[in-house]
Amino acid sequence: MWDYTDKVKEYFFNPKNAGVLADANAVGEVGAIACGDALKLMLKVDPATEIISEARFQTFGCGSAIASSSALTELVIGRTLDDALELTNQDIADFLGGLPPEKMHCSVMGYEALQAAVANFRGVAIDDDHEEGALICKCFGVDEGMLERAIRNNNLTTIEAVTSYTKAGGGCLTCFDRLEETLVKVNAAMVSEGVISVARAYQPGAFDPRDARNKSGKSKPVQLGAAPARSEIRVPPATHPAPHVVSPLAEASAPRMTNLQRMRFIESAIEELRPFLQKDGGDCELVDVEGDKVLVKLTGACVGCQMAAVTISGVQQKLVEKIGLPLRVIPVK
Amino acid sequence: MSASYLDNNATTRVTPEVLEVMLPFFTEQYGNGSSMHSFGESVSRAIRRARGQVQALVGAEHDHEIIFTSGGTESDNLAILSALEGAPRRREIITSTVEHPAILALCAFLEKSKGILVHRIGVDKNGLLDLEAYRAALSDRVAIVSLMWANNETGAIFPVEALAEEAKAVGALFHTDAVQAVGKIPVDLKSTAIDMLSLSGHKFHAPKGIGALYVRRGVRFKPQFKGGQQERGRRPGTENTPGIVGLGAAADLALRHLPEEQSRVRAMRDRLEKGVLQRVGSTILMAGTSERLPNTTTIAFEFIEGEAILLHLSRAGIAASSGSACSSGSLEPSHVLRAMDIPFTAAHGAIRFSLSRENSDADVDRVLETVPGVIAKLRGLSPFWSESGAPQAEAFKPVYA
Repeated sequence: MWDYTDKVKEYFFNPKNAGVLADANAVGEVGAIACGDALKLMLKVDPATEIISEARFQTFGCGSAIASSSALTELVIGRTLDDALELTNQDIADFLGGLPPEKMHCSVMGYEALQAAVANFRGVAIDDDHEEGALICKCFGVDEGMLERAIRNNNLTTIEAVTSYTKAGGGCLTCFDRLEETLVKVNAAMVSEGVISVARAYQPGAFDPRDARNKSGKSKPVQLGAAPARSEIRVPPATHPAPHVVSPLAEASAPRMTNLQRMRFIESAIEELRPFLQKDGGDCELVDVEGDKVLVKLTGACVGCQMAAVTISGVQQKLVEKIGLPLRVIPVK
Repeated sequence: MSASYLDNNATTRVTPEVLEVMLPFFTEQYGNGSSMHSFGESVSRAIRRARGQVQALVGAEHDHEIIFTSGGTESDNLAILSALEGAPRRREIITSTVEHPAILALCAFLEKSKGILVHRIGVDKNGLLDLEAYRAALSDRVAIVSLMWANNETGAIFPVEALAEEAKAVGALFHTDAVQAVGKIPVDLKSTAIDMLSLSGHKFHAPKGIGALYVRRGVRFKPQFKGGQQERGRRPGTENTPGIVGLGAAADLALRHLPEEQSRVRAMRDRLEKGVLQRVGSTILMAGTSERLPNTTTIAFEFIEGEAILLHLSRAGIAASSGSACSSGSLEPSHVLRAMDIPFTAAHGAIRFSLSRENSDADVDRVLETVPGVIAKLRGLSPFWSESGAPQAEAFKPVYA
């Protein structure tokens, strides 16, 4: 059982500012269902003063993920965007009276969502994370930029801490070498800036990756046996999104997916569903994709059917499942 | 009203009858079973009686086939290490992808440090073993097959009696981790080809720290601890008399309550399972079409995360468990659900309810009253969930089931 503070429990059981903010003009989405947590932060910003007047969130995740999201909204309301950008994940954790170390990544998710929402408002693409730093942990979609921020903001000096704060290395651990390289590099820079002492900085080889997962017990990676050619480790496929991506579908489906590929992906997913609808005398066709909105047209028996809304939500869930990101299926006439 | 404990696959309560039998062995009959005086004599008699009670529960032919150990993990380790040592020319192990970490971690270690070839047989979406792959892996190079009788997370049962026959045909030993099965379903070892079986007391109302390994008469057994002559030298160390006596008493009670597991406990489980599936849409029953333990149900609630569900249930007085990553301290969902290829959308929200004969209909009622509200509340927070699809989604589900 996690040792959550009363504040974490309070914000989990009675989250403030949960739900959809209809007239949000700054939206940040991070995480993905495959990773086990995802956050959509919606802000209403006064364009003249850049003051955040309202903030709401939707979160898929554990207790501390929900509490961190709610805490984030409380922290940003009333601040200007520039003020809000000063917040770090540590501020979120502090607001909640602290988080268990293994759960610090929940606060990092809040930090990333805020950065994404502000960038969204200002019309800045913050995909430079991906350009300046390669994707390191493929299991959880953590790139170098995110790693460096987490290491610097929290003075991390061990591989375990990096995994706790970012999840990087929590999966197949094939990224270990690059994870270690990044930690060594950033720690060295921090030493030369006088932020941490030489003694604290991580030394290459200080951590044996074979020990990495013993503590978690349950999730020991299982190597393939010789005979059964059955894949055991299921790394989310490349089409799954990397976290902390700004514009929902645009960036998220895959870092390297073009607009056209993405639309084809959605199209083929809908094609797969059509036979089921046709069986009941209905049908569904893709009309357009706008950002995270998938516009579809229901035809045949679906028109005027009492269950049309359910059908739409079923199509939506199926797409979400395939693509791994929140998106809205909207019926059009 | 007291809490509803529905996590009996994790561990169980020591029943008052069991505790009562144990207590004198702490302060009155505290002798060493090996001693030649009255203190020792009464203890060795109590141990003999307990051995017979465990023998009866698993249907072993002889009482000396029962070796008392500290529990499931030790029994699993002893079985595999002994088999490898006993057949030095056989350098392969067959196991499955859904075993308990006691088996998987040991196999990974043997693979890495001892050069043992480990075949890990996969399962399908319903938790059924890939029999073709199993047969393909069997050969005269295999020292031991270790396949669990029933899965701790889904309750899915492997056909171990038949699997054991096939192992016997190639001269491999067959071990089963029956920690979840013993006490819940009938086990009659003398009528099977199973060579070794692990059981653990705390899964059927005995205390933690006591278990047993069944080793069929005639099976070569290589002790892994060196020491005295206890357990005929196969597991040295002064006997844990209170634990052994408690295990015996619990085994006796479990045997007598076995019909109740199949009837009353199963009925409660079925009512809980059906009730939840009826009341909440977008749910998937794990290993739903497989033969399962009568006490276990694991239900995945799509688009929400398991730890959040558990926290809400706990506040409502319900203790269950989750295969989700966040609640276990690891970052990935359960290896069992992943081996079953359960989509991430569901695996993160899988909740296991495991009952025992100590549960009542009131516990089931409480779950049925509580769960729909908790799920609706969390789905209301989830960016992956749309309100229009909430309860009615049930009607839509069969299409993609």
